[in-house]
Amino acid sequence: MLPIVLLSVFGIALLFLGFLKSKAVLLPATLLFLAITIAANFFDWNKSYLYFNDMLLTNNLSMVFTAIMLGSAFMVVALSSSFADDESAQPAEYYCLILFSLVGAVMMVGFENLIMLFVGVEILSVSMYVLTGSDKKNLRSNEAALKYFLMGAFATGIMLFGMALLYGATGSFTLAGLHAYASNGQVGLSLLMYVGLLMLLIGLLFKVSAAPFHFWTPDVYDGAPTIFTAFMSTVVKTAGYAALFRLLSVSFVGVYSFWWIILAVLTALTLVIGNVTAVYQNSFKRMMAYSSISHAGYLLLGLAALGTQTKQAIVFYSLAYSVATISAFGVLLLVAQQRSTQTFSREGGASESFESFNGLARQNPLLGFAMAVSMLSLAGIPLTAGFWGKFYMFSTAVERGQIWLLVVAVLMSAVGIYYYFRVIIAMYFREGAFEPIRVAPFYRYVLLAATILTLGLGIAPGLLQGLF
Amino acid sequence: MITLFLILYPAVAATLILLFGGERVKQAALVAALVELVVAGYAFYTFQPNATSQFGFDYPWIGTIGIRFSAGIDGISVLLVVLTGLLVPFIVLSTFNRSYERPNTFYALMLYMQAALIGVFTARDGFLFYLFFEAALIPIYFLAAMWGGENRIPVTFKFFVYTIFGSLFMLVALVYLYYQTPATATVTHSAAIADFYNLKLTPEAQNWIFWAFFIAFAIKMPVFPFHTWQPDTYVESPTPATMLLAGIMLKMGVYGLIRFILPTVPLGVETWGKTAVILSVIGIIYGSIIAIRQRDMKRLIAYSSFSHVGLMAAGVFSLTETGMQGALIQMLAHGINVVGMFFVADVIFSRTNTRQLDQLGGITRTTPKLTVYFMIMLLGSVALPLTNGFIGEFLLLHGVFTYNHYLGFAAGLTIIFGAVYMLRMFQKSMFGPTSSRTETFADLTSSESWVFIPLVVMVFWIGIYPHSFLKVTEPAVANLMKYIGTTAVSMK
Repeated sequence: MLPIVLLSVFGIALLFLGFLKSKAVLLPATLLFLAITIAANFFDWNKSYLYFNDMLLTNNLSMVFTAIMLGSAFMVVALSSSFADDESAQPAEYYCLILFSLVGAVMMVGFENLIMLFVGVEILSVSMYVLTGSDKKNLRSNEAALKYFLMGAFATGIMLFGMALLYGATGSFTLAGLHAYASNGQVGLSLLMYVGLLMLLIGLLFKVSAAPFHFWTPDVYDGAPTIFTAFMSTVVKTAGYAALFRLLSVSFVGVYSFWWIILAVLTALTLVIGNVTAVYQNSFKRMMAYSSISHAGYLLLGLAALGTQTKQAIVFYSLAYSVATISAFGVLLLVAQQRSTQTFSREGGASESFESFNGLARQNPLLGFAMAVSMLSLAGIPLTAGFWGKFYMFSTAVERGQIWLLVVAVLMSAVGIYYYFRVIIAMYFREGAFEPIRVAPFYRYVLLAATILTLGLGIAPGLLQGLF
Repeated sequence: MITLFLILYPAVAATLILLFGGERVKQAALVAALVELVVAGYAFYTFQPNATSQFGFDYPWIGTIGIRFSAGIDGISVLLVVLTGLLVPFIVLSTFNRSYERPNTFYALMLYMQAALIGVFTARDGFLFYLFFEAALIPIYFLAAMWGGENRIPVTFKFFVYTIFGSLFMLVALVYLYYQTPATATVTHSAAIADFYNLKLTPEAQNWIFWAFFIAFAIKMPVFPFHTWQPDTYVESPTPATMLLAGIMLKMGVYGLIRFILPTVPLGVETWGKTAVILSVIGIIYGSIIAIRQRDMKRLIAYSSFSHVGLMAAGVFSLTETGMQGALIQMLAHGINVVGMFFVADVIFSRTNTRQLDQLGGITRTTPKLTVYFMIMLLGSVALPLTNGFIGEFLLLHGVFTYNHYLGFAAGLTIIFGAVYMLRMFQKSMFGPTSSRTETFADLTSSESWVFIPLVVMVFWIGIYPHSFLKVTEPAVANLMKYIGTTAVSMK
């Protein structure tokens, strides 16, 4: 609750700060606001409250998810320092949209009522549509924003329709009401409820870019300014999975036998499409888009095998994935900016190809190391956080006995190694005739923190235990 | 605590070398590795030959889900700990006449590798084992891909993907086993390897777990037909990395067979063990025949190693005490021999810039020391009596022969084939007329001699008095065999 209020107030404050002549104050102010919100988030630790006529719940789980999203946002904002140099950028608007979108995300994490879920999704989505198109002079950015908006609006419609059907079947918008109805021993459950649930799932699966609702992802990720792609692929995804988890584990656990098989098939599809298509990408950024689809698959794996481990698995995976992804996009941002004049790729996005990473580790050992660790983590190699994320996900599936699904996931993990290692190979084993990249000190600390976090959680995953 | 030291110390030393290694980074790495050798030797010396796990260390790692940082040395792992401790300093010493770009990283990666290998051989927790098993791959991948030959990038990448792919199946099997263990008051399940042994698994589960483990280990060793990554990787890697790969890393596979497959899924072994033996025997013969045709020294040794490892796998699956003992002692012997042979190839390459046998010849005229050491390592490899190879191969063949006469006979061909390709290599490179490349061949320097001397000592020590090693492993092996016998019966 406190984060929602603070984020809204700070967002408006940022708009006013934007009237100042200097852009320099915006970044520190936003970071300060986020830091305050993160601290305030834990104010109600170990307590559970309902707000707004029982529409919103805060408990430890929602606070941990909120903290992951706020932390991700903090790192993304910290990496966005280049806004100050760009004449046409409107940092005040960007930062305030980021804070507003977080309001939506927090609502999605703690919703107790479908209406709150819908409001949260929309607040988050609309901010994202705008941020995607924020590079106004870039045609790809415009196209991406339009595509995202049209498809997103369509998905929203389906989701809303689903909610209406659910209401028709159960007479309730609340999670408790839905739970009471769906756990009614499976007899006489209305068909409307099943259809409604399906449509609601479609809407949410679209938001987390699970196949076959993933078509917008590569273009939008590619077109959006890199810094917002990083935000999108971490915060939006975490919020989406938290929402799915709440919906399915609280309300519809009674009809598990209905939805698990649907999710399992979609999981397999998402894993295969995401991983196999990522192999064929020449642009690092597009590869990351498909990789994010594949990670949607791993997260779905835990949901399809909903059990005692799922909560922990999703929290851990979201954190591991977010940190590694931000670190990867952080390095990409520098490479793309500073090597853009030196390379050319047929993708058009001059320097987002794999070649632009050639020889990076030799000239900038820290950037190379940060990127390598993040790629190892995304690939799920031991001693990184990503390994434990996958481990927990696999565990849930084994616990439920979904071995066939697990075999698909394992095979696709092996495919994943292929494309993640292309970057490592380029950085460490290929020669590149590039100038060393300049890294601002603060930027360096953020990357270092992300790397240490990834390795730290990889060596001692138990650190997070007892948090939720 | 000794075990913990053996695992953590090389990693700490590696980090220090990486960060602060200056001019004398080689010496620092050597000293670090020698300290490890002394401690490993002390552990071996004070090891009580019985079936228990000693020098143990146990710490709850991920408490609530029952994963523990639990490591110790028992009769099965003790030889491998000694092997790792013994080989690394001499592999480091073998680089003294070479200079590698970015030496800090190079030597740090070697020591990281050592830490991970010791971790694999001493882990008593299934997930800890897996973690080290995978972690060992990262330093060796970077060693091979950063300092390797021209074709190194695709070759080492294939190696990496291949082995990770195999291990992922092992991970699934481990998670499955984990969930089969009963919950206790404090933890939900247990990942302790000892607890895996007590599971009553259904025959169907045993069958798929057998394959999940077997594929992982078969790729690592490698066993036919999972070997295609191996020769190229051995050839393209820089020689110290090849020594690590062939000398120690492939033993992770054989060790895994003994540690996991046999005691955990005895019914799976009963059903599929014969298939495994047949694949291994095919590998023995196939590897030998290809080795005979090789012209590149390194590639020849790579195929010979592939063939020798097949015999170890066959010995393990023979389910006899002699076969198992043979596999353990042969792991030690093969590690010593193969490192010696690769070093010979490296010495020759460093002076002539070629490893092609038809461009060599006549080296023996100027090199009494190299000739003698080369010959001794070679005799060890072809299993001449009184050398280390003989003990291992004799026990292994005895085991396989007891298991099945025909397979034993086929596996025995390795001795003949081995003599053919090894002696041919010796003859082509050392005797005959000198070529333009070998005219001015200089004999070994003192640091090079110091690599060979301990290896030669070990060749004869194991060959003449194997008892000092066999007695250490014997109780553990006997216990294991008894255990497999009784559980297989009780599970039916």
